[in-house]
Amino acid sequence: MTLGADLLTLTDEGLYCPQGGFHIDPTRPVERALITHGHADHARAGHGAVLASDETLKIMAVRYGEGFTGMRQRADAGETLDINGVLVSFHPAGHVLGSMQIRLERGATRVVVSGDYKRQADPTCAPFEPVACDVFITEATFGLPVFRHPEARDEIAKLLASLQTFAGRTHLVGAYALGKAQRVIAELRAAGYDRTIYLHGALEKLCRLYEAEGVDLGPLETVGRRSKELAGEVVLCPPGQLADRWARRFGDPVTAIASGWVRVRARARQRGAELPLVISDHADWDDLRATIKETGAGEVWVTHGAEEALVHWCRGEGLAARPLNLIGYGDDGEAELDAGAAIPDGVPAGETTERETMAGKAAGG
Amino acid sequence: MIRFARLLDRLSFEPRRSAKLALMREHFIETPDPERGLALAALTGGLSFRHAKPAMLRALVAERVDPHLFALSYDFVGDLSETIALIWPNGEGGDASPPALQEVVARLETARRGEVPALIAGWLDTLDETGRWALLKLVTGGLRVGVSARLAKTAVAGLGSLQPDDIEEVWHGLDPPYETLFAWALGTGERPRSDDPVPFRPPMLAHPAEDRDLDDFAPAEFAAEWKWDGIRVQAAAGYDGSGALRRRLYSRTGEDLSAAFPDLVAALDVEAVIDGELLVVIDGEVRSFNTLQQRLNRKSVTAKLMASHPAAIRAYDLLSLDGEDLRDLPFRDRRARLEDFVARLASPRIDLSPLVEVAGLEELAQARNAPETLHAGADAQAIEGLMLKRWASSYVPGRPKGQWFKWKRDPHRIDAVLMYAQRGHGKRSSFYSDYTFGVWREAGEAGEELVPVGKAYFGFTDEELAEIDRFVRQNTVNRFGPVREVRHDTEVGLVLEIAFEGLNRSTRHKSGVAMRFPRVARLRFDKPPAEADRIETLEALLPADERAPASLRKTRAG
Ligand SMILES: [Zn+2]
Ligand SMILES: [Zn+2]
Repeated sequence: MTLGADLLTLTDEGLYCPQGGFHIDPTRPVERALITHGHADHARAGHGAVLASDETLKIMAVRYGEGFTGMRQRADAGETLDINGVLVSFHPAGHVLGSMQIRLERGATRVVVSGDYKRQADPTCAPFEPVACDVFITEATFGLPVFRHPEARDEIAKLLASLQTFAGRTHLVGAYALGKAQRVIAELRAAGYDRTIYLHGALEKLCRLYEAEGVDLGPLETVGRRSKELAGEVVLCPPGQLADRWARRFGDPVTAIASGWVRVRARARQRGAELPLVISDHADWDDLRATIKETGAGEVWVTHGAEEALVHWCRGEGLAARPLNLIGYGDDGEAELDAGAAIPDGVPAGETTERETMAGKAAGG
Repeated sequence: MIRFARLLDRLSFEPRRSAKLALMREHFIETPDPERGLALAALTGGLSFRHAKPAMLRALVAERVDPHLFALSYDFVGDLSETIALIWPNGEGGDASPPALQEVVARLETARRGEVPALIAGWLDTLDETGRWALLKLVTGGLRVGVSARLAKTAVAGLGSLQPDDIEEVWHGLDPPYETLFAWALGTGERPRSDDPVPFRPPMLAHPAEDRDLDDFAPAEFAAEWKWDGIRVQAAAGYDGSGALRRRLYSRTGEDLSAAFPDLVAALDVEAVIDGELLVVIDGEVRSFNTLQQRLNRKSVTAKLMASHPAAIRAYDLLSLDGEDLRDLPFRDRRARLEDFVARLASPRIDLSPLVEVAGLEELAQARNAPETLHAGADAQAIEGLMLKRWASSYVPGRPKGQWFKWKRDPHRIDAVLMYAQRGHGKRSSFYSDYTFGVWREAGEAGEELVPVGKAYFGFTDEELAEIDRFVRQNTVNRFGPVREVRHDTEVGLVLEIAFEGLNRSTRHKSGVAMRFPRVARLRFDKPPAEADRIETLEALLPADERAPASLRKTRAG
């Protein structure tokens, strides 16, 4: 029995604290849910009661409507709550607006559930705060040493350079609606880009929410009926829209994708990125390792991505580590989109007969 | 090196020809000599240092990275150079600044074999991910960023008001870093004085003949020749300033093949430029394309191979003779000069491609499918069909309309581009042996795209299987279980000549056609994928009653 198993167990719904009687980021409706952040794979509708940061509650209300939960309770960063003898506190995770790590303490055991997090600076949310613990449950979306995210400003510089080279083409940037889109906009502003940025309708509500929460995004407008007149402008849309009919209205746009995955060329190409922008809201390999060390945890549970490499590294560092195969996460736009990908349909098989014979003959000859 | 890396990075993701040209032009304008010229040399395959081998790179990275983590990463990324570029520790180089391309090229050209690993490791330490990726592409000799030599030269031409063929004509007399070429292209210098007595002359190409092209075919206006199953070449010989005869053998894309065919080059001892077919001829008989292929893709050749696979040229045009440019003459006159020339030459290595003298279209159609019934004799199996050349045609580079046609014999053969490869079964389970191939079609705003038209899993030899398998592994862009998607764009891809027995309309398939009995007839590593066939070529082969009206086809394509 590992240390953290006293406090948290794995159920079909996800992580569960039996003593406290609550789930964390459950993947199905439960009675009581603690939610780290507003991404759809972590924050689902239909729970009996939700405890989350104020921003996360607002994000959920925007996405699911005000009736997304029976009861809601706001958790302020750093404030400690006692839930059936378990001390619970929320701490900024630096992932998206309102994202939190959740710390649990009972007896001598302190567990931190990271949720999704990053260590890079992000003008649109509070920075990650390291929290000392015995057991650290970390995400590992980019848990391979090939993932070391460059500075976002350098990636934005690529976009600005392309706007100069291809001044007559719309620059269509695929960015997830919650977090990534606002970060790309804020980084563009930080780089001095002050023209109106155009949004696919699906991004508008969350951008307005960010603005209402005090994040300055500069002049924004929805694309609406505009099409070719947006030549030379920056347009943001959800990544799924890049290959959709909707994108055709811009004629011959430059297709950019803001994601950590586009660091790997084959993946970038697979998604149709002509201008890959390696901008991620998850910790990269170096930051995952640094964060694990910073927490002082002797035991690490690795979830949400490439568990194997990080577990291997932890063990090499003398830490107890195990993969936690949580199912149903990784749907926040940085997750593996190609899981269900297959060879394009309609590939003719040829009307050959005697395949085995012929194949054998060719191989032998 | 950093600018060059950025250029390669952008090019590698850019599918549009026009955008690739824009990126290269921008690079050539903003980058000073000699860096831009070395970039041009790299893009045109003109750098000549010894390339680093994968084993050496693996050894380098093994010194720095946990092998288990490397293995997991390589498995995820799928490309050795890229994995190393991404996983290489950052910040090991201290204050050292990244090398200029010039330094990389100069050091690698002079380095002894044992010095190369330390050089590369030192540079990797100073570069970032993109820089390391570009460096590794460069030192392993395979840029694979979807830019052909021709496209890079087109970008240079576009710096000012030159045409790509202007560049081709001076190209072989120039060396990296091409300072005089850039000056000329930018309008700040004279046309580089070409001391090259044997420049490449861009070839004239034929259109595939479809039935409708021949509907109002006037036999008297056309010469008919056999179409030989070899490689189109240009054999050129001319005197240089010192009075020495210089000779060169070019592929039809301007690649210099001389080193692989010294036997043939030696036979060119008259000042002339011949357009013809490269073949292997033994005892006066043309051998199969496969036999010829064993002499291709080689930097040098052994005496043994030359003896067992003697090369010859079957000449069909004469572009220049005794310093006189004949290209403006009509084909009728050039042909007369050619016949006279070949007769005088009397070389066993250079003979004349005979004319097919028949009266009408009907007989031509028969000759196309049964060349052995005419004068082709023992060489009939090396005939792919007919060439129809307008007697009045002057020799115009490119593919002028209505002048030359190629009319292939049955079985139907098309040049398709390999798109996906799947691992085989049993004995072939470690080989990518099942191929999905496609042909070009129009894709609206996006330009041209490949649409899959069939699958083939036989027709090749074991050696060819190994070659395709190597290509697949080196050009994988995606994996779907046992299936790999390989690079298949206009610039990079493997052209497969597919032979098949017939074609039917099919609603089950995206392309709308299904092939009967498709097989890989041969590998066309020599053919740029952009020149593979188009869907229209296939649709024209459909039985007349299965041809969909054009409007229907358009809907499907959209
Ligand atoms: Zn998330
Ligand atoms: Zn997540």
